[in-house]
Amino acid sequence: MTQDYRHSGPRHRLLSVLVENKAGVLARVAGLFSRRGYNIFSLAVAPTDDARFSRISIVVDVESSPLEQVVAQLDKLINVVEIGELHPDEAREAELLLVSVTADAGQRSQVIQLVGVFAGRIVDVGHDAITVMVAGTPELLDDFESLMRPYGISGIQRTGRIALPKLDRLAAAQAEAGIA
Amino acid sequence: MELTGAQALVKSLEMQEVEVIFGLPGGAILPVYDPIIDSPIRHILVRHEQGAGHMAEGYAQATGRPGVAMVTSGPGATNVVTALADAYMDSIPLVCVTGQVATSAIGTDAFQESDTTGITLGVTKHNWLITHAADIPQVVREAFHIATTGRPGPVLIDFPKDVATSPMEWYWPDGVDLPGYHPASHPDPAAIRAAVDLILAAERPVIYAGGGILKSRASKALLELADMTGIPVVTTLMARGSFPDSHPLCLGMPGMHGNYTAVTAMQKADLLLALGSRFDDRVTGKVSAFAPLAKVVHVDIDKAEVGKVRRPEVGIIADCRLAIEAMLEALTARGPVDKGRLSGWIDTLNKWQERYPYTYDRSEPEHAEVLAAGGSRRPTLKPQFVIERLRALTPPDTILVSGVGQHQMWASQHWAFEYPNTWINSGGLGTMGFAVPAAIGAKVGRPDRMVWAVDGDGCFQMTAQELATATAERIPVKVAILNNAYLGMVRQWQHMFYEERYSEVYLSPDLPDYVGWAEAMGCVGLRVESPEEVTPAIEKANAIDDRPVVIDFRTDSMEQVFPMVPAGASNDDIVVHPSQRSEVSR
Repeated sequence: MTQDYRHSGPRHRLLSVLVENKAGVLARVAGLFSRRGYNIFSLAVAPTDDARFSRISIVVDVESSPLEQVVAQLDKLINVVEIGELHPDEAREAELLLVSVTADAGQRSQVIQLVGVFAGRIVDVGHDAITVMVAGTPELLDDFESLMRPYGISGIQRTGRIALPKLDRLAAAQAEAGIA
Repeated sequence: MELTGAQALVKSLEMQEVEVIFGLPGGAILPVYDPIIDSPIRHILVRHEQGAGHMAEGYAQATGRPGVAMVTSGPGATNVVTALADAYMDSIPLVCVTGQVATSAIGTDAFQESDTTGITLGVTKHNWLITHAADIPQVVREAFHIATTGRPGPVLIDFPKDVATSPMEWYWPDGVDLPGYHPASHPDPAAIRAAVDLILAAERPVIYAGGGILKSRASKALLELADMTGIPVVTTLMARGSFPDSHPLCLGMPGMHGNYTAVTAMQKADLLLALGSRFDDRVTGKVSAFAPLAKVVHVDIDKAEVGKVRRPEVGIIADCRLAIEAMLEALTARGPVDKGRLSGWIDTLNKWQERYPYTYDRSEPEHAEVLAAGGSRRPTLKPQFVIERLRALTPPDTILVSGVGQHQMWASQHWAFEYPNTWINSGGLGTMGFAVPAAIGAKVGRPDRMVWAVDGDGCFQMTAQELATATAERIPVKVAILNNAYLGMVRQWQHMFYEERYSEVYLSPDLPDYVGWAEAMGCVGLRVESPEEVTPAIEKANAIDDRPVVIDFRTDSMEQVFPMVPAGASNDDIVVHPSQRSEVSR
């Protein structure tokens, strides 16, 4: 089964990049990727609780370029403060999916059932289609997406992956550093 | 004290001890050119903004201090981009100030507007668009800090016209606020120990010295390391002069047009000690076949260079000088180094050096080779001969500047460098037209030194208008054009790889009339057509110190650069000079 639409897999590594919240920072990051031939699979950016910084979550396709080199080049950007790789085993990952699925009256109940299984929400209903929102891990969304495909997808938008380190790991690290 | 933004900018440059700005005014930068009249900073008015950038580069490389260029918005800014890209490739500290349209006009396609920070994103270490006059001192301070620390490089400050005319309360910041900028400095002691283990165990080691030696002022430390360990040294195109060519352990330049011994020593080495070098494709040739037997110790201040091309056994992210000094200390602690164990290796290298020196077909009438050949040699002027005579007739600390192409390779090959920062060229970007303005910048920075540009006729035509700048500003640089009437390096590739189908490479020796051009720009112009005229012409040029001199050397169009490793080939397939080929046995 071809799975090139899948958003999860070993080629995809998640970098959590803390940047200074300054004009043009996203262009610097995106420009670096394009001029060095690195592939961004997805990218999500938003300010952190500290207004001076934003966090960019970048899913990098490491097939063409080693992650170590991507990180080292990113680190050279003056506005990049910190880069961490979040391994799926050590992180809580989430992504949001909006999908419009063709579902006439006959198919609608099947689709709604699946939406229920994936704890999704129906956000719009038309005559022969519904729009569904699902939040979850990229793997979960991949599964949901593949289940929806047979019905016919007329529109789909995913936000890209965001993540934070798992709490138990964070607590251990803080204890080590002497932070209560 | 209340200042305008323009005054604050000029005062900030003064605070950074800038002594000279290379620039050209225009609409958007106009407000800044008013306070320049009252500033002690010297301003040199160039004829084209690219010239300002290359002059700032030449100044920076000759002095080790950051070069400063100032230009207007739009075309002024785009004209300086080549120089920024050049400085970025060769890690030259540069601060470039560009005028910009008023902040209210940005994004409206205003007259002479360009997205300068966007355009220069990929060719600067960092850049800023200042939107508040109060930010000026802080940004200038950060700009100089970033340009000159870590791996040096060009930075750009885009300066809108309304910011220049806005009032601000003057202050000078205590320091920089750069939470994401932490350049490496001291090496990891464990990595140094690991490097020293490899050094002491190696049987065929080679020091692969790059431009980082000069940037970190590590020439003295490198000399000590070579003397202490007896390890031979190759100096890349960017490192020529960082280790004296006269030193018995100096193997000279490696790479595509490097000498046989330097290239082959790396191929056969069991240890490469890469110091501030970056495994550039012109050095490695085919990467998978480069130095196949060697373990690698790679010292670089830029973490991204270590492992980018070749994964080292030991990577050391540090300032090159500090790393070498740490190695010296660690070596000293282990007791005297047994240099004798390298004697077999050194013997092998010496034999190669004897068999495959740089060579060319001599053409001077009185030369023994020519006499022996009877009348079979064409009476032409060889470019290599010009460089040899130039070297012999100029002071040892002469600064040599070159453009890009055959003349650059001959200059690097045949000039014997003795001192650091005496060789200035465009290495990474390969910017034709670099030589004339860079030589002017070098002479401004080091007026005490003799500065010669060795240029090609193709290169010269790209930026020679800056000789008017040199004459007007009384900057007595000297230019030797190796005029072979061709875009010679391209011609050489067409000769070797395109069955001598010469496409768009002929320039004519007489068009333009270089002597006439020189004179029109207030320089002394001389022409040399035969070997006998070389020495008198150089002596005459050397004696002129009140204006620039240009010598049009009419050199042999057919001459090619050897040795050569064809692009994409393994360094094992080095092509030596035809006269040495029968001797190659492998």
